[in-house]
Order: sequence, then structure tokens, then C-alpha cells
Amino acid sequence: MWLFDRDLWSEVFNTLGKNLFRTFLTMLGVIFAMVILMLLLGSSNGLANGFNNLFAGTSSNSLFVWSQSTSEPYKGFERGRRIKFKTEDADILRKQIPEIDVLAPRIELGSHRGIATVYRNGRTSGSSVYGDYPEIDDIMKKKLVEGRFLNRSDTDNSKKVCVIGEETYKLLFDKGEEAIGEDVRINGVFFSIVGIYKPNDNINIDGENAVFIPFTTFQKAFNSGDRMGWMAISFSDETEVPIVEAKIKKVLKAKYDISPTDERAIGSFDMSEVFKSVSIFTLVLKIVSLFVGICSLLAGVIAISNILLITVKERTKEIGVRRALGATPRVVRRQVILEAAVITIFAGMVGFAISIGLLNLIDANFAQGNDAPFRNPMVTIPQFGFSFLLMVSLSLLIGLIPANRAVRVKPIDALREE
Amino acid sequence: MIQIKNLHKSYKMGSNSLHVLKGIDFSVEEGELVAIMGSSGSGKSTLLNILGMLDNPDSGDYVLDGVPIENLNETKAAQYRNKFLGFIFQSFNLINYKNAMENVALPLYYQKVGRKERQEKAVNYLSRVGLKDWATHLPSELSGGQKQRVAIARAMAAEPKVLLADEPTGALDSKTSYEVMELIQNINDEGNTILVVTHEPDIADMCKRIVHLKDGVIVEDKKVKQVRASEHV
Repeated sequence: MWLFDRDLWSEVFNTLGKNLFRTFLTMLGVIFAMVILMLLLGSSNGLANGFNNLFAGTSSNSLFVWSQSTSEPYKGFERGRRIKFKTEDADILRKQIPEIDVLAPRIELGSHRGIATVYRNGRTSGSSVYGDYPEIDDIMKKKLVEGRFLNRSDTDNSKKVCVIGEETYKLLFDKGEEAIGEDVRINGVFFSIVGIYKPNDNINIDGENAVFIPFTTFQKAFNSGDRMGWMAISFSDETEVPIVEAKIKKVLKAKYDISPTDERAIGSFDMSEVFKSVSIFTLVLKIVSLFVGICSLLAGVIAISNILLITVKERTKEIGVRRALGATPRVVRRQVILEAAVITIFAGMVGFAISIGLLNLIDANFAQGNDAPFRNPMVTIPQFGFSFLLMVSLSLLIGLIPANRAVRVKPIDALREE
Repeated sequence: MIQIKNLHKSYKMGSNSLHVLKGIDFSVEEGELVAIMGSSGSGKSTLLNILGMLDNPDSGDYVLDGVPIENLNETKAAQYRNKFLGFIFQSFNLINYKNAMENVALPLYYQKVGRKERQEKAVNYLSRVGLKDWATHLPSELSGGQKQRVAIARAMAAEPKVLLADEPTGALDSKTSYEVMELIQNINDEGNTILVVTHEPDIADMCKRIVHLKDGVIVEDKKVKQVRASEHV
């Protein structure tokens, strides 16, 4: 197998080593190209990761639906009628809209973003108090610092438990004080704390200072009956949210006698829109950086081909001698192509090492903390593998140009005495 | 060993055609030491190039060691050159970044001889030209005469049928020239067939047969009494 032929490689390395400076200059092009490609890919990855981090734990294909007041008179009702969802709506929607993956009803104390006072040992916190089902965690993941989130058993048994936010904790407890198991009082009812969570700074629908209690407990403790404030709904990945959104609204409008053209009566927020624009942005960014990177790689490899062309010209005599001594065109061609490949691969490695170093620097300096624009700006192994393969095949392909030039050297011309 | 019949070769120079070889008939037996002489433009280099399969004749037959040399593509020519011929050039044409031993081993590399065997053979041939101690020296560290001896060792390394020497002493002073000729004579004494192209009469006299070329034809072909180079040294 010629690939493992020591002499072949020593021939190649001899030739490259003979002209170290020129080899080095040639390599610079590819090194820079590799660095550019890797940095571009790495930073677009970092940016994408940064975005993903901002929305971490939020189901991308989700919808929030709440009730408002009507803006059109319909079926004898005046405009401005306040719509109130009922708990049965959840089951109706689950039955009629098969695209629904998870539907979590929610009710809150007071009006939307209303504030209720939470007491503990003479300290108070003005918090939003929500009655929730544990499924809400599948749609908007709560990052728990301590304890657990609400579970099935809490809602089934209407347990008087709550999960509080870090902000609430700060207002009600001293720093470092144990909160799990402690009681807080809301509207005269005591709730035992089972968990503390940290709100997501970037995507936050619950407000800064929120307390979650089981939906069923809410109904009993605060006499909310069958009222329901809003619904958080997630869908399977392939669902087109705007289409289902329209279906859901149609069902609800029919039920509550709302004009089909009434845009205000039912409020909704489509989370997938946010994700879509972000993912399109990162995709475009990735494509652009890949394109620019590949172009610079191409330029670098062409530079190698150019230098090798000059080298071949300078080595005309040597190639002629080799041909006279019995080197077949194949052997000559192989050597030149291998030279191109070796320079490219080596330079690519160096460029790769440099860019990993630079990306680590960027990571250490610009990608720390929750709000950093970058997060983990690294190239993935498939990306590296692809760039590497591309580089090698480009070099083999472009090495053909000087290789064929070398083969065209006729020994008789090369050996002619000047 | 070599049979040539009615060999013609012309070069196109723009619209003109330059008829360089005008029907050469020529044969060489095994073990001969032949000098090919002629002024520049006589066609002696062209003849050597064709003998060396570096160039193709327009017409005529060329048989080397019973093998007709015709319709050569580059690959075939390279293989034949490697197998049949050893080249010695006026300007030595050693590869300057390879040491003496590696230069000598190069034709063996193209014969796919194993590394160890190749090095052994190379050292062996270097010692036959008296340069065993210089095996690891680069050409730039050798004198002209030493370089030519390395080149001769390289030409012999592949054990070719015929050695072709193109002005082997052209770049050397006369004392060194005689040393190189002595080496060539010794190699010839061992039974090797050697063709030497030269325009120096004293070098030609050291061969066993002199062929004179003029304007593309052989004007004289005579056996001579060989002058031993050792007498001059």
C-alpha cells in the first residue's frame, strides 16, 4: 500500500522541508482561511446557543390563550362583554383539537398580573399567585433552585403547597434561611413551600415575583369555582401553530357567542413566531458564515496550488532527472498532489488549533453569564469533519493542476544543458 | 545489444523542418565501450536521446537487448529507462537535497526495491566508485569529480544493460576527467556496455570504438586501440 510507504512520505517531506520558508508562507493562506471558517462557524454556533439559552425550557411550539372583553356586539350581546373561560373548556379543546400535546389551565388571583399579598412572620410580598397544573412545567420549564415543582399528587389531593420565586423568597426570608417546609399565608390560607425557582430573565410570562399553587387547591381555597384564567398549550413539533390557533379560537368563539371577526375577545401569544424568526436568523447566519468560510478556504488552497506551480517550474530539472531514472508520470503526479495535501492538512490543523484557542478566548471573555450574547462558541465535530474533508478534497483537486504541469515536463527538455 | 536501422529524426522549427538524423545504421555488442563524436549540430545528442528513450525517432528501428523499442508511452518509457539504461550527465544532475547514498538509491526506489536492500546496494556501488565514506554527504559537499562518480554509481545501481554517458567529463578538469574515464573503463572491463558522447579526442581515445557523426550521418566507425586512462593519472 503506497500510503504507508515511508520513502514516498520522506520524498514529500524532504521537498517541503527543503524550502521551509516558502512552505510556511504557503501555509499561511490556508491557516488564515481555516481560522476564518472556524471562527465564523464557532461564533454563529455561539450566537445560536445564546439564543437557545435565552429560551431554554420554553416549548418552542406553544401558544398562550386568555380571555378579554368583546369588541363587537354579537347575537344580542353588547360589545365590551367580559369573557370568562371555564375549566370545561380545557377538555373541550383537548377533545376537538387533536394537535394539542399538553394543555395546562391556569387561574390567577385578581385580574391579569394582579398582585396578592403573601405573608410570612410579619413580612410581606406582593406576588402574582397562580393556580397551575404540573403540566405547565412541560411548556415553560421552571428552573428550580431548591425543592420540587407541583406534581400530580398535589393537584389530585388539592394539597396546600406552593412553589415560590427567588424574588418572593428574598422578601419573605433572610438570606440563607431554610424555606422548604415553611408556611406562607395568602388570603388567609396557609401554604407549605415545596420549591423555590429562578425565573428565566429572558422569557418570562409569569412576572418577576410569582407563587404557584395547585389549580385544584386554588379552586377550593379561593372559591374560584369552574373559572379558568388562561391556557398554556403546546403542540407536536410539526404543527403549524397559527393554523391551530385559529381553530382553537373558532371553538371558543362559538362557545361564548363571540363574533367570528372579533379580534379582541380572546387574547393569544404564539411562542413559535419568536422561535421562528430567531431560528431563521441563526440559519441565515450559519449559511453566510459557511459560504464566506468556504470561499476563503478555496482562496487559501488556490494559493497553495499557485506556489506549487512555481515549485514545479523550479524543479523542472529535478523532475527530468527523476523521469530519466525511471519515475513514471503516475509517481511524479502522486508526489506533487501529496505535497499539496500535506501542506493543506498541516496548515488546516494549525489553523484549527489556533481557532480553537481563539474560540476559547471568546468563550472566556464574552460568553459567560446568563445574558451573554454568545454561549459555548464552538464548532461541532460534524462541522469540523466537513470542513476538514472539504479542505482535503479541495487540496487534492487543486493539487492536480501543478501535478499535471509536473507530468508535462519532458525529461529531454529538463535535461537540456543551458 | 543495440541495433539501429535507418533512423531518421527531424525537428520542426516554425515552418522549417530541421533534419537532424538522416538514416543512422549502427549496432553495439555487449561489453563495448563506444565513443560517439561529432561537432555540435552533428546529431550526436539527438542520437543519444533516442537511445535513451528520451526522444522518439520519426522512423527507423531500434532494438535494445532483443526488445523492440517502439510505440512508447511515457509510463512504458520510464519503465524501460529504469530497467535498461543508466544515465550519466555532463552536469551530474544529482538531486541536491539528497545525500550521495540516497541519490544512488533513487533508481532502485523506482524499481520498488525495499528500503534496506536499496541502501545496501547503494553503499555497495558507492564503495565501487571509491566514495563509501562520503555516503551521507550532500552533493554540495562533494567535488565535481566526486559528484560524477556518485552519478556513475547511480547509473549502475539499477544494473542496466547499457550506460549512456553524455559528455561525462565536460564539466571536469583534465585530471579529474581521466579519473572518471578510468572508472568508466574499469566498469567496462567488468563487461558493461557503455556509450560515451564526447567531443574531446583524448576521451574518445580511451574508448574501444569511435563513431563519428557529421550532419546527421555516420561518417566514420572504427575500432581503436584503447588508451588506458590510468596511464595519464
